[in-house]
This record gives sequence, C-alpha cells and structure tokens, in this order.
Amino acid sequence: MTTHPDPAVRETPGALPGVPAEPRAATVVPQAGPVDGGRHAEPAPADEWAHGVDTVPRAGGTPEELQPYAELGLRDDEYDRIRHILGRRPTQAELAMYSIMWSEHCSYKSSKVHLRQFGEKAPPSDRLLAGIGENAGVVQVSDELAVTFKVESHNHPSFVEPYQGAATGVGGIVRDILAMGARPVAVMDPLRFGAADHPDTARVLTGVVAGVAGYGNCLGLPNIGGELVFDPCYQGNPLLNALCLGVLPVDRLQNKAAAGPGNVVVLMGAKTGRDGIGGVSVLASATFDDSSEQRRPSVQVGDPFTEKLLIEACLELYDGQLVVGIQDLGGAGLTCALTETAAAAGTGMRVSLERVPLREPSMDPHEILASESQERMLLVVAPDKLDAVLKTAEKWGVLATAIGEVTAPAPDGQPGRLVITWRDHVVVDVPPGSLVDDGPVYARPMREPADLILLQADRAETLPRPVDPEALRATVLRMISSPNLCDKTWVTEQYDRYVLGNTVLAQPEDSGVIRIDERTGLGVALSVDGNGRYARLDPYHGTKLALAEAYRNVAVTGAKPIAVTNCLNFGSPEDPGVMWQFAEAVRGLADGCAELGIPVTGGNVSFYNQTGAAAIHPTPVVGVLGVLDNVEDRVPMGFVPRSGGDHDQLFLLGETHTELSGSEWAWVTHEHLGGVPPQVDLARERVLADLIAEAARVGHLTSAHDLSDGGLAQSLVESCLRRGVAARIAVPERFAGGSMPFVFLFSESAGRVLVSVPRGHEKAFTALCAERGVSWDLIGVTDPAGDALEVHGQFQIGLDELRTAWSSTLPQLFGGPEATQAVQAPAAVTTPSAAAVKEPVVPATEAAAVTPTDAEPIVAAGPAPTAEVEQAPPAEPAGPDAGDTERPAAPDKR
Amino acid sequence: MTARVGVVTFPGSLDDGDAARAVRIAGAEPVRLWHGDPELYGVEAVVLPGGFSYGDYLRCGAIARFAPVMETIVDAAGGGLPVLGICNGFQILCEAHLLPGALTRNQHLHFRNRDQMLRIESAGTAWTNAFQAGQQVLIPVKNGEGCYVADRATLDELEGEGRVVARYVGGNPNGSMRDIAAITNPAGNVVGIMPHPEHAVEALTGPSLDGLGFFTSVLKHLVGTPA
Repeated sequence: MTTHPDPAVRETPGALPGVPAEPRAATVVPQAGPVDGGRHAEPAPADEWAHGVDTVPRAGGTPEELQPYAELGLRDDEYDRIRHILGRRPTQAELAMYSIMWSEHCSYKSSKVHLRQFGEKAPPSDRLLAGIGENAGVVQVSDELAVTFKVESHNHPSFVEPYQGAATGVGGIVRDILAMGARPVAVMDPLRFGAADHPDTARVLTGVVAGVAGYGNCLGLPNIGGELVFDPCYQGNPLLNALCLGVLPVDRLQNKAAAGPGNVVVLMGAKTGRDGIGGVSVLASATFDDSSEQRRPSVQVGDPFTEKLLIEACLELYDGQLVVGIQDLGGAGLTCALTETAAAAGTGMRVSLERVPLREPSMDPHEILASESQERMLLVVAPDKLDAVLKTAEKWGVLATAIGEVTAPAPDGQPGRLVITWRDHVVVDVPPGSLVDDGPVYARPMREPADLILLQADRAETLPRPVDPEALRATVLRMISSPNLCDKTWVTEQYDRYVLGNTVLAQPEDSGVIRIDERTGLGVALSVDGNGRYARLDPYHGTKLALAEAYRNVAVTGAKPIAVTNCLNFGSPEDPGVMWQFAEAVRGLADGCAELGIPVTGGNVSFYNQTGAAAIHPTPVVGVLGVLDNVEDRVPMGFVPRSGGDHDQLFLLGETHTELSGSEWAWVTHEHLGGVPPQVDLARERVLADLIAEAARVGHLTSAHDLSDGGLAQSLVESCLRRGVAARIAVPERFAGGSMPFVFLFSESAGRVLVSVPRGHEKAFTALCAERGVSWDLIGVTDPAGDALEVHGQFQIGLDELRTAWSSTLPQLFGGPEATQAVQAPAAVTTPSAAAVKEPVVPATEAAAVTPTDAEPIVAAGPAPTAEVEQAPPAEPAGPDAGDTERPAAPDKR
Repeated sequence: MTARVGVVTFPGSLDDGDAARAVRIAGAEPVRLWHGDPELYGVEAVVLPGGFSYGDYLRCGAIARFAPVMETIVDAAGGGLPVLGICNGFQILCEAHLLPGALTRNQHLHFRNRDQMLRIESAGTAWTNAFQAGQQVLIPVKNGEGCYVADRATLDELEGEGRVVARYVGGNPNGSMRDIAAITNPAGNVVGIMPHPEHAVEALTGPSLDGLGFFTSVLKHLVGTPA
C-alpha cells in the first residue's frame, strides 16, 4: 500500500497553510484515475514558504526555521508542546494538522473541563449503545432497533455564505449519523437570526433556509421541525444548528476504530479540493471582524447528490459487513479522520497522500490534509473485502480509493504512528493520539458578568400591563403576529416533510414524530428548543428551561423521553463572562438531565459567536428524543374538529404564576429584557410527562400543546388555527380582575400543557391528575360550530382575523415582490373539507398586508383574505384570451 | 394473481420507497427496477418516482432520460405499458418525449411543500380510472421545478383531447400554465403528475388517502386489459 506508480517529487513551494494560495489557472487538468500522476511544471508563487515540500527529515535538519504558528491560532506554549511531542519542529503539514486539531472547534479545549459533567452526572441507562465522544450517541429503542441523533452548529459559515454554510451544515451532521451505521431519516433546523426587519436578515435568512432546503430535500430527508428565532443579538452571528436522526438495526452499529494492522484505508466520496481549507476550523475559532467578508472561499461547498449516493453506498457496505471502521470527514477533513480512527484503535497508519483524488491537482500536502471538502468518508477495510467495497462504490457511482494501510502499534505496546508520505517523501510522522487526545485543555477564567445583577433587578413584572378587554385583544393580535410567534410556514414549506413516508408529525407540531418500524408502529419523537433571553438572565436555569421545554414538547405527543443532545452556542471563551455563562449552562444541563433521568448522548459547542465585544445571548439548544411504542397513539397539538359538533373540554395543566421576565411579551411590547426567568421544577415536568403518556395511552386526550413563548394565548391560537377549530375560554376565578386575565394569558410559567379531553373522559382524566398530583383548571371548550376564539368577558377574535395576523408576517418580511403582487389579486381559495385533512389549506393572507403592529391591525382588511393570483384565469379551459405569449400563471403566495 | 408494478431507482431517486409502499398498499407487488438494467422483469406497469435523479444536474430529468432502463420503458410505453411519472418522474417523461412540454423552475423560485387540492379532469387514463372527472382530491405537492410550460398549440391540444389529467385548485403552487398538475399521452397509458399521490396513501402519514386511487386505477386498468 505504500508504493505508487509515480514517485515524482514536486519541488515547487507551497503556500501558507490555511491561506489558499493564489488560485492557479490550470485547475481543470483531468485526473486519470484514483491515483493522480500529479506532475506540475508550473511555478508556484514565491513566498516565505518557498522551500519546497517540507519533509520530516528536512524539519529535523532545520530546527530554527520560523513557522507561522501564531497566524494559525496556536499559542507559544502550544507550539512548544508540539515540538516537545515530536522532538523536532513540525513540518508544514504537521503544523497545519496540529493547528486545526488543537483549535477550539476540534479540541474543545475551553469546554472539555465543563463537559465532563455530562458523563459524571449522567443517570444510568441501559439503552445507550454509544455515547459522548462517538460521532453521535446511539440509543436502543427495541430489541432490534436503535436510533442515533445529534445536533451541530454551522454558525459562522452561515453568516459568511448563508446558502452553502447552511447546506454543508446539514450535510455534515448527516454524515455523523451515517458513520454510526444508521440510515439518516429526518432533519431539524433550529435557526436564529438578527432583527426580523434588519436588511441583512433577509440576506442571511433566505440563504440559510434555501440552503437547508436545497441540501435536505435533495438528500431525501424529511425536515420535521426546528426553531425560528429573531433577536438583534444574532445580527452578526446567526445560528444555524442542524439535527439529524438516524435508525439502525442494533447489530449494524459501526465504530471509527482503525483496527487490524494490514487493513486498507479507503477514502470514499467526493474528490478533495481547496474548498473549506481553514473553513470551519479556523473560521469557527476566531472572532468575526471586518475581514470575514473576505473569507468566503474558505466556506465549504456542498453537493447533496454525491452525499445521497454516499449514504446508499455506505448502507450497502454495512449490510454486507464490508467495513471494519468508518469515520466521516467534516471539520479538519482528512486530518481529523485519520488521526481519530488511528487513535481510537491505538494503531498506526501509513498513508500515501498523492493517492487522494483531487479536484485541483496543484494542491499541496497540507492543503489536502486540511481540506474540508464535503461528502467524503474514510473506511477501514480488510484486504479481502477491498474488491467488494470498490465494487459497491462503483455501483453507486462514488469514487473510492485505497490511500493507505493500518499499521501495528509499537512492540512495547505504545500506540502506532501516523506516517503520511507525499510522493515517497515522509511529510508527517506523528503519534495520532497527540492530535486527538493530548491537545491543550484550559480552565479558562470565569466571572459572572458585571451587569447581570442589575439586569436581574430590572424585572418585567413591573412593566405596565394591559388591563381592559380591548387592550388585551390588541395584545393577542400583536403578539401572534410578532416574528418569533408568527406562522413559520413561509420557511417550513420550503422543506420536504413527506419524503420516506414515515413522517407522522412535523412542524408546526410540538415535536416531529417519525415511524421507524412499519411493522410494529414503533416511532420516535424529537424536539429542539432554546431560549437565549432566559439563558442571558440566568444561564443555569435558562438551560434547564430549554431542557424542560424540549422534554415537555416530546411528552405532549405521548412519547416517553429517553435521551438528550445539545448544541451550546456562546460568545468568546476568552471573555470570563461568557465562560461563566457557559459553565453555568453546562452545569444546568447536566443537573437537569440527572433530575429527569435521561442522559446526554452527545452534542456540540460553538464558541466565538461574537462580533467585536458583543456576544450573542448564551444560547444552549437542547434536543430531546422520546419513544412511542405505537405512533398511532401520538397526540397532535391542534384542536380536533368533531362530527356532530361535539365539544372537547379544555384543561390547562400546571400552575400559572406571574412570570413575565424574559418573556416574549416583555420583548415585543416593551423591548425589555430583565429580571429572572420563570421557575423550573423538573420533578414536576417529569410527573407531567408521565401523566400525559398515561392519559394518551388510555385515550383521554384528543390534543395536547405545550405552553412556552407567548404563554397560554399563543397555545390557544395555535391549537385553534391548526385545524380551524374555534374555542370558548373562561378565565378562572383567581385570575379575575385588574391585569390578572393578562397574566393568565401571557405568563410564561414552565411546566404547563393545554389539553383537550373528549366528553365522558373528564372525570377519569381529572382523577388521574389528582392521583399524580398535577394541578389542573378546566378553562373552556372547543367550539366546532363556531368561528372565533372567545375569552369570556374579555374579547372574541374571529379565526380568520387570527389567521391573517398570524400568517402575514414572514411573507411580508421575506416574500419579496410576490407578497405585494398578491395584495392586488383577488381569487378564490378552496378550503378542503375532507375529515382526513391534517393541515387544512389556509387562506393566504397577504391581502391583509397591513402592518400588524398596531393595536387593531387587521380588521380593515376586508372579507375572506385570499391571495390567489392568476394572470390568465383558466376558468374556461382553452380560453383564447391568453394571447400568443402565454406565460406561466403566477403561483399563489403564502 | 397480483399485478407486478415496477418502481425505478435512479441515482438520486428519493420517493422510490414511498412509491413501492403505495403499490403494495394498493394491493400489487412492487418490483424494484435499477436505472442501469434495461430488463423490466415482466412488470405490467412502471412508476418513475420523485427525487433528484442525477442531482437534477444539467436539467431535471435530462440525464435520467438516457438511462438504460428508460430505453426499454420508452419502447414498452409505445406498446401500451402503463407508466406513471411522479414529480421528477414527470420531468423525465417530458425529457424522454413521452409527454409534451417541460417542467421549469417554480415561478416564485422557492421549493414548495404543501397539501394541495387537485381536480381530476380526466378519469379516462390508466392511472385515474378510479376517480370521477371533476372530483377533488388532496395530495401533497413538493417541488422546486414544477411549473408546467408548453407552447399554446400544445396546451390547446392537451385541453382539446382531454389530456389534462389534473389541475391545481385553491391556489397554483408553482405557476404552471393553465394550472396543469398532470397530463397524459394520447393513448392514456402514460401519465405525468407533479404532486405526490404516493404520499397520500396512509391516514397516519398523509393528508388524505386520495393518492391511493392512482395506484388502484392501474390495477383496474390491468384487469381490463388482457395481458
């Protein structure tokens, strides 16, 4: 494996690692095959690295040569440590490898000391087949099946180049899931952007959404949920987190260990190019400044078609038991994959770098090692299986190339060495574990932010509240049309939620629910949640609140929550205030998981989400996975239309306190952020979850919807509009008078769920609540014959008016010219009447395109808002009036 | 004897498993066909499923049209083999000239996924005989390039010959000319449809069961057609 047909030595100089060299014109040179001849006659630009390929012997002989380690983000002591490990200066390629593997992004050097708590405090679980440290956690859900899930960030690239940043964010997490032996079956996308009306938000959001859609849709993965949050703190640092769910037979679990000396190392998938060099690793490890616009070339470029083929090829390899070990190539590319697989097995490796198929034949060794080109996997294959592997790859039309072999550990039991050659010259000779496990670990200084105490003292409970019915009514309409609470269809209808045919629930439901076994109906529910404002006010409890919300969202579907993943988005760890927030958040999540009895199975940390001195709100995003023994039993969020006009009774479970600090209301109406977030009681959340699971099992529930941002009012509106079912609500006695009805409707107290219970079940249901010690209020009934949401003695709002207010916001902000077109174009909207309609076609609402921020925003919009636009109404087919230049009809706009 | 209905997998096909499931639920036996294998293994009908064959590179369906299996299918379709092209399959049928016109980028330039009302305009095809003309059905639509275009003469011909199989009602999701969602060839055995009937075959996962009719139609058709 260590010989190759072309030992040509290239004597041309390279460029600074991490800094793409002057683009060379001749990049279209076709490659003859997997083994590239790679002779290059053209001279490369001269720079301070004009010494030819920097080999290990050369490094040994030139100990004093200056190296740009500082530019690569390494500190003096880190560089000294590398020299100590190697007993010489690193070669250019080695320096590139250490700099990316020891970057914050790859090494978790600032977060490691805190993240340990996830393991230390984890409750015992016999379901966990793979946990933290693997590509993704794997949880067993039946005798035969396991699921794997993980959420990751791709924040910085998504600001620099929104479409590709988001697309490759999805691609990266999908490969993590694939590497565990699983078929990816769904994705979710928690997204955060700056102010909704900031001009740059339109650029970032539309690009990110199109990127998530473009990649996920083309891979054939249903997008089943996520978040869409706007806050000025994310203006320069939008958050693109992506979650992927995979399913595997228990015995198909893969691991990344490059075991078995003599086994072949195979690189499969896309060719390696200059894209993404220094991309995620360096970009994600440095604070943004004005030069970030110029970093565009270092964002990776995705090709979902290749990834789709890669998925099918890998699954066929797994089923044929053709691979010993497998690892995806993501951040830090080949460097990370080679070192992690070898380190995991304690073996060594010999790799012939010139065998790596290149998009650009002029690439230098360190560029090949650092490239973050997408859609690549590293396989470890027994020699007698190599032919079968290559054949499978060929069947799916993906490139697979043997690039090296696994070598034995040292006779004294010491781990093997990773030796990489470039045309027979050794350019890397390192202990692989030194890059993976021996990176620097920092206990960074932490200090509670100085402003926190003042912030917490500025409580939203002291803000003026609406007290009369008219003001309350206006507040409802204003809140539901605010960017964070409004209808997200403009985004989610760009995502395929049907593909694979197993999507039981998808956005806007509280959780996505996927059937994973058609035979038994076994399924899983998944929710991702975070609240940066809460975490800003109190990172410890704010993180617990995010966990509680995700847990509750899973529970309201009737599923049993069993595992947790997380994506921790923070500012610079070099800021003691940020580091304190991070430590508190991790402690909160670890404690919370212990209290709920479910383990953290994996996650991701994203630091440096900071522009200048301004960090984002600390934003821990928590994903909770639950199991449904039979997805037929899932409970939807929306009120259910009943034949015969039967009413369901509406119960509010949990306790409502006057908790307005950090709330959506305080932010939308007063631009206020202060005080302490709502109390969180995870023991109660657990009891509530058990109660709902039991009530769902025995058929007490027709719907269940979590209360969170926007409080009860938001939940009521969403539950009504989901299937167009009206409701009548009575404010309980103890909330009568003054601003108490407002508190009842808009408080964001945790641990609450709105459920609808069919007639005849209420006694049994309330008895169950009493038995479990869950407090409840009967707050009203559904009104299938009605057409309004009525809060008795307060106000009544027609469902049409609610829907208009709720669904106009995003099309107005991001719909482009379509939205304005739609205003002028009247036409008919047919609402399907079939009982089977899960998600009725909602009348589009741009017709009422008035600013929804006034107290009485919508009522002037006129009757039956519609938005159907037809340039040539085809009422009479073959109508001759279309003219000779018949043009496509304008699509309707929503 | 159960009918055998082929479902072709191209590189980048995505809804092939769903099409096979729909065939099974309709009561037939799905037979998976491979793009590189010209053999049809005795199937009595073929579904070209949705997805992004060959990554939609060059043009949607433009490369798939040249797959070995397509040569056989084009020949067999000429001999009356029922063929249903869904979404990307519709695009392939147009590229293969089994159907006229073309599917272009949605007018609003976004991928759009929603539950869509259709009106069945022709119940006379191999794939729609289980419906009544004028019947409205609810089927998911999800595409980025579903805007049907053709020259006026072709559109008039389609209308005149009753070859517009289904139209969008209650909103045109992609800007298709004359709200066309599905068309057929003159013989009525080849149908291309942009929305996805295979995603409306189970109450659990679809917005309705209306999609099933397309698959039961072909079984009816096969019973009526001596093999």
